[in-house]
Amino acid sequence: MTADRPGTPGAPATGAPARRDRPGGPWSGASVGGQVVKILLLGLFTALGAWAILPLYLAGVWWGIALVAAVVALVYWVYFSRRTVPAKYLVPGVLFLMAFQIFPVLYTMSTSLTNMSDGHRGSKEQAIASIEAFSVTRDADSREFVLTVAANGDPETGDLVFLLTDDEGHAFAGTEEGLTDLVGARVDDAGKVTETLGYTVLTPAQVNARSDELQRFAVPTDDGAGIRSSGLSSAFEGSAVRVYDEACDCIEDTETGIVYHADDERGAFYDEDGQRLPQGWQVGVGLDNFARFLFNPTFASSFFGTLVWNIAFAASVTLLVFVVGLAVALTLHVPRMRGKVFYRILVVLPYAMSSLAMYLLWRDMFNADFGLFNRMLGLQVDWLGDVWAARIAVILANVWLGYPYMFLVATGALQAIPRELSQAAHLDGAGPWQAFRHVTLPLLMVAMTPILIATFAFNFNNFNAVWLITRGGPFGSEGTTAGGATDLLITYTYRLAFSEATAQYGYAAALSVMIFLIVSVMSVIGLSRTKALQEVDR
Amino acid sequence: MRSRSASAVAGIAAIALMATACGDDGDGNGGDEGAAEGTLVIWSDPERADAIQSAAAAFAEANGIEVDVQNVSFDDIQGDVVNAHQAGNAPDVFIGAHDWTGNLLRNGTVQPIELPTDRAASLDETALEAMTLEGQLLGVPYTQENIFLMRNTELAPDAPETFEELVEVGTELKDDGEVGEVLAMAVGQEGDPYRMNALMTSAGGYLFGQDAEGDWDPEDLGIGSDATIEAMEKVAEFGEEGEGVLRRSIDLENEASLFFDGEAPFFVAGPWTVGDANASDIDYEISAIPGFEGMDPAAPYIGYQAFFVTEGSANSALAEEFVVNHVTDTDFLLSLYEADPRTPVQTEALEAVSAEDPNIAVMAETGENGVPMPNIPEMGETWEPLGIAQAQIIGGADAREALETAHESVAERIGQ
Repeated sequence: MTADRPGTPGAPATGAPARRDRPGGPWSGASVGGQVVKILLLGLFTALGAWAILPLYLAGVWWGIALVAAVVALVYWVYFSRRTVPAKYLVPGVLFLMAFQIFPVLYTMSTSLTNMSDGHRGSKEQAIASIEAFSVTRDADSREFVLTVAANGDPETGDLVFLLTDDEGHAFAGTEEGLTDLVGARVDDAGKVTETLGYTVLTPAQVNARSDELQRFAVPTDDGAGIRSSGLSSAFEGSAVRVYDEACDCIEDTETGIVYHADDERGAFYDEDGQRLPQGWQVGVGLDNFARFLFNPTFASSFFGTLVWNIAFAASVTLLVFVVGLAVALTLHVPRMRGKVFYRILVVLPYAMSSLAMYLLWRDMFNADFGLFNRMLGLQVDWLGDVWAARIAVILANVWLGYPYMFLVATGALQAIPRELSQAAHLDGAGPWQAFRHVTLPLLMVAMTPILIATFAFNFNNFNAVWLITRGGPFGSEGTTAGGATDLLITYTYRLAFSEATAQYGYAAALSVMIFLIVSVMSVIGLSRTKALQEVDR
Repeated sequence: MRSRSASAVAGIAAIALMATACGDDGDGNGGDEGAAEGTLVIWSDPERADAIQSAAAAFAEANGIEVDVQNVSFDDIQGDVVNAHQAGNAPDVFIGAHDWTGNLLRNGTVQPIELPTDRAASLDETALEAMTLEGQLLGVPYTQENIFLMRNTELAPDAPETFEELVEVGTELKDDGEVGEVLAMAVGQEGDPYRMNALMTSAGGYLFGQDAEGDWDPEDLGIGSDATIEAMEKVAEFGEEGEGVLRRSIDLENEASLFFDGEAPFFVAGPWTVGDANASDIDYEISAIPGFEGMDPAAPYIGYQAFFVTEGSANSALAEEFVVNHVTDTDFLLSLYEADPRTPVQTEALEAVSAEDPNIAVMAETGENGVPMPNIPEMGETWEPLGIAQAQIIGGADAREALETAHESVAERIGQ
């Protein structure tokens, strides 16, 4: 294996020069085609980097640009250096791991420390801008105008001018300084000014190009009111009732006189009575999201109950699919059996169908009045409304969907076990059960254990299985807050955090971090147990 | 040295490739930006995207721009717009329901709209009120919808006056073995407060009180009130432990097929079912959902759908112009109606289409006793707890216990 170790560049030792150079040295031994592919891929990667930098540059995110540049440089170094052979194989995987696993986890963790939720999504500046924009009101006697947007001089850069005509046909020109009479303008039937001296009438596209400016533009009239545009052809007089004052970091409502002070801990403006303005902003809340569920007694008990059911669900589904899958595999493993291929296709069918559609189908089959189960079997079971019936229903549906996979794996593993072993056991006087128990099963478990752990982990977070069949229900009289009888942690989190009205990302992120920790701990325990198992086998 | 120069060559080649890719990218981007200035992007559900696209053609031509209608499933529009707005790539205009306004306001997602007096006067007043929060109009309403009773005229020739009459007629048919169910009204395991509101209000229940000005008052939550508890006890008489007319096993998945297969003579349906009803071979008629005998008329929720302008849109001038002057325009509404028939809220358009399609007039009538769905942000927090409580009551649970628990849970969520 010396060939794979970093050698001295450009100085092939005796022995196998071609092999040694292949991983690092571009010309020696490597095909031209390989080189072309390498250049193409690197070019593509660099282009990807450049494509990523462009929006970052526009947004002015310098650390992002530095990061992209560093990653691109790293990749170049790895693939053009000869000392980095292992890295050549590792880099793509590591990069994807960072991008799709580690970054989302870190992002979730950072979100869990904020109050990000509906009403607290953006920055304080955005909230203030929105509050001010939503406070522009019209007085009872406020004037309305037909608007023509014009510019003083060049259509793209000249100062905006509102050419306004009122009901009586008077024409005005409104600039940032104020309103003046407009004479000599040509006005059409609708009241739009088509031509006038001194100003350039803008086309809709030209006005639209200056949308941002238009949003901020107001022709001042008396008492702080202003004439603002509403679309391209109407304007109205109104005044902003709520104004932000930087000195006191507060917003005053000039109409009611109420002052709303910014609360940077909660991320909203509150008045003295604790009433808040709807628009808030995102702030860091430390570990509050965690405290909110860890120290809430109802939550703590329902969390524990859900966790127990979640483990029971994942464990029983795993066990049952294993038993059923293995039993079917053993049955079809009997050499004398006829029509094996046919049966195998039949058995694998559930696995081949879309699980989403199957879950919905199962839900319909469990319908108490119209479902297949009750109708065919003449039962009166309230499958989706009774706690234990619903739990059984969810497990049943999952076993049906999951066992073909277990069957496939078990069939493969069985075929790898020489039949002579069972025959030898038979000669030694073991019965079929003993032979299975002491010879076949231990050998089988070597292949099956990792699969079982994976199945357990998958079912632990099997959102679809529960959401599509019972949506976590049935619920007790405490409603959804306490969690439903079939709720998994993941469906529980989903409902709690994304309840219809308010998306609470910060809170949901905190719960996700908890689930992440629980699953991690269980996986670590599971994997260390596997290691123990393998050592026993050895 | 050979190999080093080879590396350099490869590196240069890679950079050259990158430059080419970059050039493409720059061009593409430039093109996009050029288009963005003259393209109004509208998000709509796929059902009416084509209708909006063709109805907006006149607007596009008059202003020398392009209109691009993009499909987003209706249920996803709200969430997607709020997220996209935060990320800075929201559409210029989108359609939505009036009960989204509370959430759109607190997230600063939309821009308030100022309608000229004559434009405002041409629209239904209740519709405008439903779109108004904090004294600001958040979007321009263009269509309304409410649930109504659809009946199979072959089985039930006359529209029932009361809910009791409906049950009587239906039960007779069921006893004769002509149908399997009395009424197809979705309840499901999690309840359906949207549909149930009609019956709940008839029996005197309420969700939120209204203040002196008729605004919804989140402080006055009615879920656990005696009035609502009594109302749901009345409803429970027809539940699984009572007449068995209302059942959790009937849900959104099977309600329509029950009616269209002739298994149920009555169906609590909405405008969205009319297309399927016309395509089916069932003879049907539409009437208002009947209230309980001697009680209030049933008040179905009225939902309004509207065009909104996104805050900070790069095309805000055109977007405002479209929403203010075009969405309120009779010709636009009629061409929209042709492709996607829904009850308009603009008076002139409503008169024109009512004359043409008797169903529209009838549907508008069935909403006469209706109430606009509350548009305050607190509304969203009531759906789930109230629905679950209602489902439990229909399943035979104690109304007081279920509703009081739901009340507590809603009160906690809306911070009371």
